[in-house]
Amino acid sequence: MSAQAPPEAAVEAVLAFADDELVLGWRDSEWTGVAPFLEEDVAFSSIAQGEIGHARALYELAAGVLGGDADALAFDREPEAYRCAPFVELQLAGDWAATIARHWLYETADAIRVAALMESDWPELAGLALKMDREEAYHRMHAQMWRDKLAEEDRFATAVDDLWPYALGVLEPGQRGRLAEVVGHEELDAVERGAHAEGFVSLHEEMTLVRRSMPGARW
Amino acid sequence: MIWEVFRQEREGQPFQHGGSLEAPNREFAEAYAVEFYSRRAESVALWVVPREAISDIEEPYVADVFDRDYRRVDGYSLKVKLREARERAGTA
Amino acid sequence: MLERMTDEEFRAYVQDGGQVEAGDPLPDAYRKALIKFIEMHGNSELMGVLPEREWILRAPTLQRKLALTAKVQDEVGHGQLIYRVVEDLGKPRDACFDDLIAGKTKFHNVFHYPTKTWGDVGVIAWLVDAAAIISQKALLKCSYAPYARIMKKICWEESFHILHGRDVVLAMMTGTDEQRELVQEALDRWWGPLMQFHGNPIPPADDPMYRWRIKSQANEEARQQFLDGYVPQIWELGLTVPDPALRKDEETDVWHYTEPDWDELKWVVTGHGPATERRLGLRRASREETAWVRRAVLADAA
Repeated sequence: MSAQAPPEAAVEAVLAFADDELVLGWRDSEWTGVAPFLEEDVAFSSIAQGEIGHARALYELAAGVLGGDADALAFDREPEAYRCAPFVELQLAGDWAATIARHWLYETADAIRVAALMESDWPELAGLALKMDREEAYHRMHAQMWRDKLAEEDRFATAVDDLWPYALGVLEPGQRGRLAEVVGHEELDAVERGAHAEGFVSLHEEMTLVRRSMPGARW
Repeated sequence: MIWEVFRQEREGQPFQHGGSLEAPNREFAEAYAVEFYSRRAESVALWVVPREAISDIEEPYVADVFDRDYRRVDGYSLKVKLREARERAGTA
Repeated sequence: MLERMTDEEFRAYVQDGGQVEAGDPLPDAYRKALIKFIEMHGNSELMGVLPEREWILRAPTLQRKLALTAKVQDEVGHGQLIYRVVEDLGKPRDACFDDLIAGKTKFHNVFHYPTKTWGDVGVIAWLVDAAAIISQKALLKCSYAPYARIMKKICWEESFHILHGRDVVLAMMTGTDEQRELVQEALDRWWGPLMQFHGNPIPPADDPMYRWRIKSQANEEARQQFLDGYVPQIWELGLTVPDPALRKDEETDVWHYTEPDWDELKWVVTGHGPATERRLGLRRASREETAWVRRAVLADAA
């Protein structure tokens, strides 16, 4: 256990990361049952579960400082209180090229973010980041595998271009140069966290539908 | 492309056929094999083989024309000889 | 490898417990019956996914979200296993999807109905899966060995689903009055389809699937097994079954119930259920949207 409470900025960053994973996992779950083919449906569903699992672990970490529990942080805040990057909020269901573009860009950005968190002074966060990094190895491999397969498709290249400013917004400004280097794109103005993407409010509404119907109930 | 997956349930056990899946190449086939046969940690090891690499041998063994009883246990009758040997040795 | 037999010899062989493999000489009528039966099962897994996947997005806790995603993932996986068996029997997966979407082939009645609340999520995972598992356990003895083998994996994975379903229901039954009402209301709606699930009580001797030993359990036997196993569980939670005639005759050991509407069952499975068109439409749309992916990724490697 750490001797002193972690700095507020670190807790904010954990919450933002958790929100990213939750909302991306939610968006990725929109493909469960309707992915391009059955084998991939199963694989992509594991990716979505991995993201929700990471969100849960991050919320639990934050709850240890802020109080409450992971579910309360995940579901009981107002939409304005979520700190996810607009990138993960975009609805790309139906568009596999865009979905894979996001998957690949996000995993690449996430590798940079997680690597930094493994150096955190907050021991629990550093430990969690290490665990996440191990699991992410499969996600990265999967994303790379698909990127290699779709690299020749125009619609994939277009999707990467369209999503690039959003992808940059996942990372702290200081880390974006590194992302640009790895992805091979020029660093542009990022779509920053703050204002939510269109559709986030209705996502939040659907996500919290059952929970809000009976506040405080155990499920 | 169809790939066959063989799985080992526990260490030391034989690899058994688990099932088949469709994948464009070996990389995808391996990823899918893990998903299908190991996501609940139900296999400790997996093999993936293109279906076309497997030959289905229709007649596992040619029918006996010449007597090959030397390859089976029932091809040897030890009882009679053993009794004779014991009598000889006085240990019957 | 099996010798070539007449249809009668083959029927006797399988009735006696004999099994066959993909490469064995199979009577045409057997192969056709097999494809029809197994394809319907595959269709059912794929259509069963649709009512449940909506609730992944609405799950009220992270644990339930994960568990439900894993359940639906299993069902998709079962679809994959089942269609692979059909494909090896001679009907390509794409053809199966085309026929399903065109309404030419069938899927189980229960997946033609809408879901309305989280109560449905519990009732489906607990009772619909229970009804399905009873049939699936009987299929472990199917004369067609490749199908019998995948049933083993399927049954193993289904056991997790029932536990999950039971947990979801019990959480609500130990919760608020409103939550208990959710479960009861869902049960009231699902009881009819559940009673129809195992099919009308056709005598096994008249059922071609039974005579080829594709099925090894009569429809009525499956239904009785379901009632035996699950009505006590329903009653012990304080839930009621919306059938005043439901009771077990202790002398004959047989459950009596109001005769289900078999015409309704036939009407529903021939594509007239309340949610049939919408769900087939969803499958059609997602299939069209992703056709380019299959062309790009699967076709060139063939």
